[in-house]
Amino acid sequence: MSATPVRDPGLRPPRPPAGPSPRPGQRSGPLRRLRVALGDALTLTRRDMLVWTRVPTFVLFSVIQPVMFVLLFRYVFGGAIHVRIPGGYVNYLTPGIIGQSAAFASFSTALALAREIQRGVVDRFRAMPMARSAVLVGRLLADGVRLTVTMLILLAVSVAVGFRFRTGPGDAIGMVALAVAFGLAICTVAGFIGLAIRDEEAVGTFGLIWLFPLTFVSSAFVPVQSMPGWLQAFAKNQPVTIVIDELRALAVGGPLVLHGWESAVWLAGIVGVFVPLAVRAYRRA
Amino acid sequence: MAGSGADHNGPAVAVSSLGKRFGTVEALRDVSFEVARGTVLGLLGPNGAGKTTTVRILTTLVRPDRGQATIEGFDVVRQAGEVRELIGLAGQSTAIQDELTGRENLEIIGRLAHLGRRRARARAEELLERFGLAEAADRRARTYSGGMQRRLDLAASLVGAPAVLFLDEPTTGLDPKSRLDLWGVIRELVAGGTTLVLTTQYLEEADALADEVVVVDHGTVIAAGTPEALKDRVGGAVLEFAVVPAARLTEAAELLIGVGDGPPVLDEQEARLSLPLGRAGTAAVVAALRRLDEAGLTIDGLALRRPSLDDVFLTLTGHRAEQAVGPELRR
Repeated sequence: MSATPVRDPGLRPPRPPAGPSPRPGQRSGPLRRLRVALGDALTLTRRDMLVWTRVPTFVLFSVIQPVMFVLLFRYVFGGAIHVRIPGGYVNYLTPGIIGQSAAFASFSTALALAREIQRGVVDRFRAMPMARSAVLVGRLLADGVRLTVTMLILLAVSVAVGFRFRTGPGDAIGMVALAVAFGLAICTVAGFIGLAIRDEEAVGTFGLIWLFPLTFVSSAFVPVQSMPGWLQAFAKNQPVTIVIDELRALAVGGPLVLHGWESAVWLAGIVGVFVPLAVRAYRRA
Repeated sequence: MAGSGADHNGPAVAVSSLGKRFGTVEALRDVSFEVARGTVLGLLGPNGAGKTTTVRILTTLVRPDRGQATIEGFDVVRQAGEVRELIGLAGQSTAIQDELTGRENLEIIGRLAHLGRRRARARAEELLERFGLAEAADRRARTYSGGMQRRLDLAASLVGAPAVLFLDEPTTGLDPKSRLDLWGVIRELVAGGTTLVLTTQYLEEADALADEVVVVDHGTVIAAGTPEALKDRVGGAVLEFAVVPAARLTEAAELLIGVGDGPPVLDEQEARLSLPLGRAGTAAVVAALRRLDEAGLTIDGLALRRPSLDDVFLTLTGHRAEQAVGPELRR
């Protein structure tokens, strides 16, 4: 490094005592603000996805776990679980695993946001004139892509072990879309947890414990009717069951409308509560 | 908007009577100072003194409970958006993305600073060159040495060409060589006209870089002035040694009263004595050694060192700088 002082052409000169200059943030309308916010979010989406291409093992592991679940339940537990559904247990299981995996995909959302706070990245961003929503929204957009890819791989594996759609292509696409939407809703919860706990290790250990009762005490792997009565009351009415029943109806047929509405209300409710909470946690980070 | 900074002629940074409490911890009691445009202010103090909290308030990350602060005339609370257009921040941890290359890291910051694709790219190139990272530009930041990562982090804080730059303990954890390197980079920066506020635990660093030093302890400013003035108050070099037999350390301390520029200080834990020399200079060294020799004491591990933060605190407050007063507060 040379010791000669070089004037940085990018540096502002000592601010001239001139008249008022246009300042972004003061003179911009809501539309421009929205465009800036979206641009900032997309920059971070690209960054997150670029990071994933550098750590292929991360992507691999995020698919391996659900694939293992498919194989375990299909071949180990499946024989002992009796369901009356066209195509047998594999057709019951696949929508369940899809829903469960979509929920667990939020793990990395919580970890990544906690890490960004811990490493000071969020401090840097918050001291910049960029949109407050960008870190969360950018992460969610990238997660949407990741979820879609994971869901498609999972479906391919399920088909390989015997799963068949018994509905039309429109319903099949609807199922993937609902699974991704559900995964994203859970990502907002996980995002809030990551931003609020701000400690990667703590998040890694405790951050997603709540997902186990939610996904296992549901209709994901076994019919709710097989559980004791007191547990059924919870299992029947909790969002994971409601969403998975809708996924199942989209995959193998059944009443769509009721679960569809209930699912939509639940997802909107989760997002409506946890996005503001996550943004608040970000502001206070 | 009263006092907006468009036609601002006052100081680049003005802080008056800042106070901030986190739960039961009073992080800032009363902090006031000003930084003239184009100068460097060193915030000097031990861990937990309130340095980081002050920087976090000035960079709009934390709201103060009391007092006021402005950057180029813009209030850090009411005009946070304008302030963010003017500042750069390099915090204590290196806020870079390990898996991405140095160039990618800087380009992303450029896009987030709304430079546009081409200008972001050009700015990244220029900063990589200037910070001696051109050769490593396309390697992942994970492979960088600690010093290189700090330089990349510093470069990232400069992408938006800030008028006022904040560096929170920029050299903590670096080896001496990397520290000197970084000092060089910071000096160049300042020569370019940037106003700089840096925090440090090292008197030496404040001395090397700062035009003005503000010493904080327990959330209060306890001294302010040029590094020279501060060192004058502390009194120049310090003679430090152990004696054999160690049991006669207290006796040795008594022998040296009146020899230096202040009373000798006994460090019982380390079994060492330190004697501030001040204006007494080398004559005091000779006198001290003679007295100890006459008393039949052997001197061990003799060292002449520059005053440290500890000495500053001892002189200014009568107590040592308590390292790690408490866990460093994040919020």
